[in-house]
Amino acid sequence: MAELEAVIGLEIHVQLATKTKMFCGCELSFGDEPNVHTCPICLAHPGVLPVPNEQAIRYALQIGLALECEIAPWSIFHRKNYFYPDSPKAYQISQYDIPICGRGRLGDVRIHRAHLEEDAAKTIHVGSSGRIHGSDASLVDFNRGGTPLVEIVTEPDLRGAAEAAEWARLLRETVRQLGVSDVNMEEGSLRVDANVSVRPAGSSELGTKTELKNMNSFRFLQRGIEAELARQRALIESGGEVEQETLHFDPASGSLTSLRSKEEAHDYRYFPEPDLVPLAPTEEMLREAREALPELPAVRIERYESELGLANDVALTLATDPRTAGYFENTVEAADGIEPRVLANWVTGELAAALRQAEVEGGAADSRVSPPALAALVRLVQEKKISHGSGKTVLAAMVTEGGDPAEIVEREGLAQMSDSGELEAMVEKAMADNPDAVEKIREGNGKAIGAIVGAVMRDTKGRADGGEVNRIIREKL
Amino acid sequence: MADILDLTVLEAHDAKMAGELSAKEHCEAWFEAAAGDELNAYLWRNDREGEGAAIEVQQDWNAPIAVKDIFCTEGVPTTAASRILEGYRPPYTATAVAKLIEAGLPILGKTNMDEFAMGSSNENSAYGPVLNPWDRERVPGGSSGGSAAAVAGGLAPWAIGTDTGGSIRQPAAFCGIVGLKPTYGAISRYGMIAFASSLDQCGPLTRTVSDAALLLAMLQGRDPLDSTSVGIEGGVSLPDRENLAGLRFGVPAELARDAVDAGVREVFERTLEKIEALGGEVVEVSLPNAEHGISAYYVIAPAEASSNLARYDGVRYGMRAGGDGDLTEMYETTRSEGFGPEVKRRIMLGTYALSSGYYEAYYGQAQKVRTRIAEDFTGAFSAVDFVVTPTAPSVPFKLGEKTDDPLAMYLNDFFTVPMSLAGIPAISIPAGLAEPEDGGPQLPVGFQIAAPAFAEQKLLDAAYALEQGIGFDARPNGLGGADG
Repeated sequence: MAELEAVIGLEIHVQLATKTKMFCGCELSFGDEPNVHTCPICLAHPGVLPVPNEQAIRYALQIGLALECEIAPWSIFHRKNYFYPDSPKAYQISQYDIPICGRGRLGDVRIHRAHLEEDAAKTIHVGSSGRIHGSDASLVDFNRGGTPLVEIVTEPDLRGAAEAAEWARLLRETVRQLGVSDVNMEEGSLRVDANVSVRPAGSSELGTKTELKNMNSFRFLQRGIEAELARQRALIESGGEVEQETLHFDPASGSLTSLRSKEEAHDYRYFPEPDLVPLAPTEEMLREAREALPELPAVRIERYESELGLANDVALTLATDPRTAGYFENTVEAADGIEPRVLANWVTGELAAALRQAEVEGGAADSRVSPPALAALVRLVQEKKISHGSGKTVLAAMVTEGGDPAEIVEREGLAQMSDSGELEAMVEKAMADNPDAVEKIREGNGKAIGAIVGAVMRDTKGRADGGEVNRIIREKL
Repeated sequence: MADILDLTVLEAHDAKMAGELSAKEHCEAWFEAAAGDELNAYLWRNDREGEGAAIEVQQDWNAPIAVKDIFCTEGVPTTAASRILEGYRPPYTATAVAKLIEAGLPILGKTNMDEFAMGSSNENSAYGPVLNPWDRERVPGGSSGGSAAAVAGGLAPWAIGTDTGGSIRQPAAFCGIVGLKPTYGAISRYGMIAFASSLDQCGPLTRTVSDAALLLAMLQGRDPLDSTSVGIEGGVSLPDRENLAGLRFGVPAELARDAVDAGVREVFERTLEKIEALGGEVVEVSLPNAEHGISAYYVIAPAEASSNLARYDGVRYGMRAGGDGDLTEMYETTRSEGFGPEVKRRIMLGTYALSSGYYEAYYGQAQKVRTRIAEDFTGAFSAVDFVVTPTAPSVPFKLGEKTDDPLAMYLNDFFTVPMSLAGIPAISIPAGLAEPEDGGPQLPVGFQIAAPAFAEQKLLDAAYALEQGIGFDARPNGLGGADG
């Protein structure tokens, strides 16, 4: 049997960090006393009407633009009808056939659509089961009900659990940097469901998929998908067939339980929401959304590689977090002329090591080493004012006390010996002290030169330029 | 000066201006009249003590008003004439009512109606039918039957109601008063309990066209709480047109045939002659799709209703039954016991029309018909200023006569539904009296005039000129006026 390839698509719900709910003026909150952020509208009293939150629309546009989606010139809201206590109107206002954001892309994954909708209230089931079935009672907290959501749906472009989790991290980082959501998976402001199927490798057809819910961390997302892929592969390899169903992932046991089968799927009776007019973003709204868009990780990684000539792994390290990226770019600017590749290596290499060594919390951007100071240090090394080794010594001092590298060099007497007369005298002394080594060099043993260079370096406390010392030794011989 | 209760609101206003009548006297007279309701027109009356705001009559107050029980009023029972909202007191007030209160109109009470505005006879109220003041064995029309009967029966000087497929115009016609359904979006729907959101519109029920204009002027306007509201550009002023010279009135060929009682037809023909006598021109127009209006309406309205009424689940407010069992049992028992048969019928119709696999055939198709009908009107209005029809095919029928035959009941909306689907304004004015087919005293007949969207001022001006020309001054037995 051909190897079975994983085919994964994600559905991501992003709670928008607006001040108020999607269709009423109630404040958004997390962790407050239940049912304090409610009004006749979000409790669905008779006669109330929804009014869309303009900020939510602006945030949705930003998400759409960040994901390179086609923005619909006008889109409409639909009612998704279902009875459940978390839905006080007994319908959710969502979008159906004409979402605000159409096809797009993030990294290697195509976006199918992204649409606006409202969150459901929170239900708490009292009793041992923790689920509605078998519970003693169910409580509803309407604080969350009506929170603006953007639901992002990908195409089934992911080919493995780890890849899916990695891409979801990129998405979270992207949305976080837009500043439109807290993207906290534990608090539920970012929720990821996965559609999982397998097919013979090389096939272009899609297998029957299952939908996985309740994976409230990237680790659980990966484990959930892994478990489901294993289940589906085993099923097919033993001659069975995957059935379309919705599965609940239990992170404690790692097991998947069926929530509902295809037959039990709801008929949501979607129809256009008559209480709302079509959503038509103005040119100005689009322009403002575009202008509010920061440079996002995927774009920045690409730019670091193509424009600054960084290796992919270095670009990824520097570009993902916007503050690290900002630190790096400020350093490049301050260093004026020094190759970005060299500076990148200092930030990701020497500086990171120095911070680790000194047990300093946080990254480069939080450190006492300012970008101009780091740039100045690298310049001292590049211009051979100090040796690379001295550079590291200076950096270690900068990490703990901050300050100007030139002053530290001065204070510690680390300046490279520029007076060749002085250096020449020291080389002569070292050669005189190591006649054996001199003899060996003369006999053609090149390696023996190390002993003399080492002695000079010891005497100069590393201030001498190794290359220069080499040159003088050979001259003397 | 005539009896206070015989004065229209505008006449009372003039009397107040002339110092012949005080606001207090005017208000007191109406509160007293409302207290004598024998028509079951009110579901809740403002006794000015206990629940509801205490009404202290102020000098500058306007005429008091009756409000259909479909409008939420803070702290005051609001049931939409349904058991399922028994005991419900909204925590907020509808925009339309808030505007009236702000304008200084004391609320006389909340009027009876068909449950959730579903009905054409007011027999679908959970709290008993409203009686027609002209003949108490007959229906007042619906769904705003309580409001219409209150105004016609001398229990309120004016009232507001709602019209989804004719619910203001048809009861106005049945009760011999003026009823206006404004353009969809002219008045805020916020706080109006939803039946069919894309059709529901608030409007005035009054004794005269001038009073309707006064009330519309107060009610109309864009409301930030209703995204679909736009208001009427330029506002509304008192109509003052004296003739119909230069105006063309179109009679739709497709709506003018069969199914109209002889008496109604006669009054209609006479009114067309009156239009011509006033200088207007009567021509035939074509609304080829209008006759499918009822079919489209009875898919769209129930579909929206099935969703709008899903919130009545016993969880948060109103009636709850079967709360001791599981969730599904509570939903089912609450809704089985809380809704009346017509409401249940429409919820089932609507649920079916929206269900997967049937959506295109029913809801999708009905929306296409709706678009066609709107296009028909647009076409007609390129040739005429107004489209006119009888408001209803018959005079008021007897209580119980059509309760077992929903289709016969639905056909009452034949002339009013097309305008609702097109979202355009239409007014019903009393045009005369006719004998019912089954015998008995003469009963009022309404004449419907429809205009292009937001042409309310033009509509009111023409309706006013025609009203003056017709000179209808009949009142139900026991009330003032020529036959009084």
